[in-house]
Amino acid sequence: MKEELLSILEKNSRIDFSELAVLLGVSEEEVLKEIEQLERDGVIGGYHTLINWEKTSIEKVMALIEVKVTPQRGRGFDNIAERIYNYPEVKAVYLLSGGYDLLVILEEKSLKEIANFVSDKLSTLDSVLSTATHFILKKYKDHGTILNEKQKDEREVILP
Amino acid sequence: MRKFLSDNVVNIKPSGIRKFFDIVSEMKDAISLGVGEPDFDTPWHIRDEGIYAFERGKTFYTSNAGLKDLRIEIANYMKRSQGLNYNPDNEIIVTVGGSEAIDIGLRAIINPGDEVIIPQPSYVSYEPCAVLAGAKPVIINLKAENDFRLTPEELLEAITDKTKILILPYPNNPTGAIMEQDDLEKIAKIIIEKDILVMSDEIYAELTYKGKHVSIASIEGMQERTILINGFSKSYAMTGWRLGYACAPKELIQQMTKIHQFAIMCAPTISQYAAVEALKNGDDDVKEMREAYNQRRRFLMNAFEKMGLECFEPFGAFYVFPCIKEFGMTSEEFATRFLQEEKVALVPGTAFGECGEGFLRISYAYSLENLKIAIGRLEKFVSKLRG
Repeated sequence: MKEELLSILEKNSRIDFSELAVLLGVSEEEVLKEIEQLERDGVIGGYHTLINWEKTSIEKVMALIEVKVTPQRGRGFDNIAERIYNYPEVKAVYLLSGGYDLLVILEEKSLKEIANFVSDKLSTLDSVLSTATHFILKKYKDHGTILNEKQKDEREVILP
Repeated sequence: MRKFLSDNVVNIKPSGIRKFFDIVSEMKDAISLGVGEPDFDTPWHIRDEGIYAFERGKTFYTSNAGLKDLRIEIANYMKRSQGLNYNPDNEIIVTVGGSEAIDIGLRAIINPGDEVIIPQPSYVSYEPCAVLAGAKPVIINLKAENDFRLTPEELLEAITDKTKILILPYPNNPTGAIMEQDDLEKIAKIIIEKDILVMSDEIYAELTYKGKHVSIASIEGMQERTILINGFSKSYAMTGWRLGYACAPKELIQQMTKIHQFAIMCAPTISQYAAVEALKNGDDDVKEMREAYNQRRRFLMNAFEKMGLECFEPFGAFYVFPCIKEFGMTSEEFATRFLQEEKVALVPGTAFGECGEGFLRISYAYSLENLKIAIGRLEKFVSKLRG
């Protein structure tokens, strides 16, 4: 049940317990218990909303920043990652294999704020060797959801 | 003009669904639960393989029996899913959908006067295909009290010394019924004893919700008397690609290939390349779709229970088959009124055989949001009828 439950919640975190119970063929109590456990274990880290900001008049600028760093003895990349992810404007930080070490996803109100963050805060950190900033021009798909797509049922209305 | 037409064809009744289709098509704002095909798009990696085949110019005929690579993948699939060994060289033929396999399978074995046993309610093409092949269809009216499974008693009663073949349509369209191992063993015993064949239409084999589907061909002594039909339409959401197949003893496949060769030549080449990808790397897609169907199935069963609508729990395909006898209307009256008053299209059970009277086929090849709206309207309609 766990995997199915999580994959439903991943697509729709607003679904209520009674409906989850029906879809999974178990009781509401079981669903409740399982979800509480998953929250306690940190498997479920939160319930967020997928917002297509482009459709609002609110300005948001997003950038992916590749960061090369010097790992620290005993703490590896964790220390420097923490110094970066503690900034609230940082939406995500990933440690990667390959050409650079950390991928930082940043969201700000303007291009200038991103530039300031990179030049003032990120680049000046001791272990940061270099950064490469990529601005996001358009989001086609986010969190498994294709944005701006209208689904239309093109099947015949009645078929044997 | 009439004198030019074949009596055999003229005498075939047009599909009962047709009439209903015309009414629905005129209503622009109706929502439909009447479709017998998946709502999912063909998984992207399969479509991509089709595009790649176009790019490489794979636009010629394949061999009559189908691409060798595809037949090998079908053989592998039969081995891993049912433990069956079919020789890709001479025991498998790739067809234009499962429907062509039904047609040529019957035509390959029927002599005038042979009887074909068809359990109903079932898919609409068995009876006309049998008639066109020159056979006499013998209908078994399956019963709701048996969960629409075929019982040994019903089968025995239908068998005569003219019986050539039994059509075994499970998992079933329109009822959603399945046949499990012990049900099949009893049927197999009779088939062997009476020395007849089985055409097992397993197009919904991947869509079962109570353990894995069992093919009757996997029962001792049955592979040599089974024409096993399957395809890509339902399991991989590939209806428009028109691709199915039959697995059977080589003597049968040889004759089927003759008809296929002269009538069709070969199944669509691009589709065959895409199907190789489906069988190689599509297991996860099937699992994901099966889970989605199963959630919708549970949703519908729960909704019926709440509104007190009688319905046996189906464990296959993507249909539920609720009983509406309590309302004292025929299936067609119910479906027509429901369409006119609440603007939801369902298929009357009678479209799948006379014994479908008193039942409706509801397809859950629709998103949950869609199903919720439709069920809301059904609830309203039912309580209006109950007064």
